[in-house]
Amino acid sequence: MKRLLKGGRIVDPANGIDGVRDILIDGERIARVGSNLPTDGATVVEIPDGLVICPGFIDMHVHLREPGQEHKETVATGTASAVAGGFTAVACMPNTSPVNDNANVTTYILDKAREANLARVYPIGAVSRGSQGELLADIADMRNAGCVAITDDGHPVKTAILLRRALEYAGMFGMPVIEHCEDPSLKGDAVAHEGYYAASLGLRGMPGACEALGVERGVLLAELTGSSFHVAHMSARASLRAVRKAKEAGVHVTCEVAPHHFTLTDEALAAPVAYDTNTKMNPPLREAADRDAMLDGISDGSVDAIATDHAPHHYDEKKVEYDRAPFGIVGLETAVPLSLDRLVHAGRIRLSRMVELLSVNPARILNVPGGTLSEGAPADITIIAPDLKVRIEAAKLRSRSKNTPFDGWELRGGVAATLVGGRPLYVNAETRISL
Amino acid sequence: MSPQATVHDIDQRPAVTSLRSKDLLGIFELTPDEITLILDTADAMKEIASRPIKKVPALRGKTVVNLFFEPSTRTRTSFEIAEKRLSADTLNIAIATSSVVKGETLADTALNLEAMHPDMIVLRHSSSGACHLLSRICRSAIINAGDGMHEHPTQALLDAFTIRERKRQLKGLKVAIIGDLLHSRVLRSNILLLTRMGAEVWVCGPPTLMPADIRRFGVTATSSIEAAVTGADVIMLLRIQLERMEGAYFPSLREYFNVFGMTEARMKLATPDVMIMHPGPMNRGVEIASEVADGPYSVILDQVANGVAVRMAVLYLLAGGAEHEEAA
Repeated sequence: MKRLLKGGRIVDPANGIDGVRDILIDGERIARVGSNLPTDGATVVEIPDGLVICPGFIDMHVHLREPGQEHKETVATGTASAVAGGFTAVACMPNTSPVNDNANVTTYILDKAREANLARVYPIGAVSRGSQGELLADIADMRNAGCVAITDDGHPVKTAILLRRALEYAGMFGMPVIEHCEDPSLKGDAVAHEGYYAASLGLRGMPGACEALGVERGVLLAELTGSSFHVAHMSARASLRAVRKAKEAGVHVTCEVAPHHFTLTDEALAAPVAYDTNTKMNPPLREAADRDAMLDGISDGSVDAIATDHAPHHYDEKKVEYDRAPFGIVGLETAVPLSLDRLVHAGRIRLSRMVELLSVNPARILNVPGGTLSEGAPADITIIAPDLKVRIEAAKLRSRSKNTPFDGWELRGGVAATLVGGRPLYVNAETRISL
Repeated sequence: MSPQATVHDIDQRPAVTSLRSKDLLGIFELTPDEITLILDTADAMKEIASRPIKKVPALRGKTVVNLFFEPSTRTRTSFEIAEKRLSADTLNIAIATSSVVKGETLADTALNLEAMHPDMIVLRHSSSGACHLLSRICRSAIINAGDGMHEHPTQALLDAFTIRERKRQLKGLKVAIIGDLLHSRVLRSNILLLTRMGAEVWVCGPPTLMPADIRRFGVTATSSIEAAVTGADVIMLLRIQLERMEGAYFPSLREYFNVFGMTEARMKLATPDVMIMHPGPMNRGVEIASEVADGPYSVILDQVANGVAVRMAVLYLLAGGAEHEEAA
């Protein structure tokens, strides 16, 4: 089947394009990109004014929870959430039950993704067996089965020597090591950012230095090994400083920031609802200076990617005392509205930079297809509606879990449609696009 | 402190006659007028303790559940006596919580109690914010009897009541609070109450036990006990938990006492009629020397006695005060 997307603005920074073009989709691939393309027997899709066609967004940090925690999310519900949020692909973390530390689990996840047949799924394997931090996991096997990176996410890699070995070993395949940066002793049993709000609410706090120590360790070992090191869900200004310094020194380091860390601060723990467990995540919501630093890093190019750290939890698990609630919030269906509202419309970045953060760079870091609207590339396309008024409603999320601190928020900018391999898997009727 | 201060808040009529909230979650939610109302009401309640028959019918027909997830002798007993003196029907539930054995959730426990229509739930819990959680799901009035490291509002109210009894007003007094500032819910409630009522609050302890950004609470923070107690009208000691040594917050209890212990020598730096307070339970020879605790300036047992009157006032006001009494 052929589709001709006609007369839309396309933003394709990988090819240096920001302008009105037609896109001809033939089957699963982009056949042609150009002005006034002939219809050539294709179904013509007129792109309504104001919509923007982008290479498919890739969320490089999600928790799909399957196998083992299907009450929170499954590969099917998680990828349904992804396409509704404008993501054509997601990379899923290995802290499932059992841990994705061998090819069987990797294959299981990919089978589930094939059954669901929604967003593409790129599994990320564990660094160590059981993510226990003792022995290396079956990294080559997992890579052959489809893993694109390794991490012990949820926790940092236990020891410096193991992180060094992981960087060396994964470096042989050109796979990045993704690190949850944190010094465990400085974290202790903290549940919030160490600062005024944690102090006044009587919550145990972890300082930004807790994360930055992990970043410093990682960049030193990345320098030592020459391998690629990626900082997951960066939140502290001291971490950003370490990343900038390392990049200047030529170390292969990249980093991602989650929308909640460029939007919220630890003030959200106290108001509007004190002790709302949907403000609890790790790393925690930090003070204004940290949030502002993340915005600066996004503007000046120091930050490579926006990733959601989509972490679904059942409401039973969140409806408890703050210190007993699990860390994490869902993010797949709020990332695009928050990025458009807080970054683009706030005047911090241009749309093309947003596409780099959500598409071009994640594809490059993980070395996966996508990130471009080039002829011949898979027709993974996200069409956004930058001026659409969006109201976030937790109850309406496609994710199996509804744990978001953004319930009721009104934002400017949303998703119009999501195409994976040429198939329209999400269409927002409000935007009057017909696919 | 200030000789110009002529406002004697004890003599003023309270500007409000009821509390706005159905709950007492913390001092944070109270206005200065509401604090004054509670303290004035406690004045009246205190008189009841001196009667031969120490009982009034104010809370007759009301059911109060004392739900305690942490061991407590003083606070639980004090609430229970207060409830009985007001003729409430009381029920004590003590639940040992274990992180290993997971039982019913707090929310479910509360909903089950709620189904039996109690009027008030007095909650003590090891998690900060536990009362906020209950307040969102219960219609009953929730009274915070201490939640984690967050607040212990009735303790701060009874401390204020005790200070006001002696000093007539809180405004302008220098109050030094010394001890484990990081983990203390008593500290947080006292800072909120005392600063709101115009006292000058100094907090003192080792930097390892100092909360982040403590100065944003409107207090002067120091690790010099001499600076903290010099010219102090009130000195409040906080309990040092023995297990803090294992967390490497300080080297030894002996060293803690040498650097931060309240001794007679240090007390001489304070005003001549200084009040020595402690929320209990005390570690003699750690945060306070026995000579000070048992000495003439100590009001530690007055605090305990006043606790009953203050809790009666809180229960009475949350039950609707005079309005409820007339209806009954």
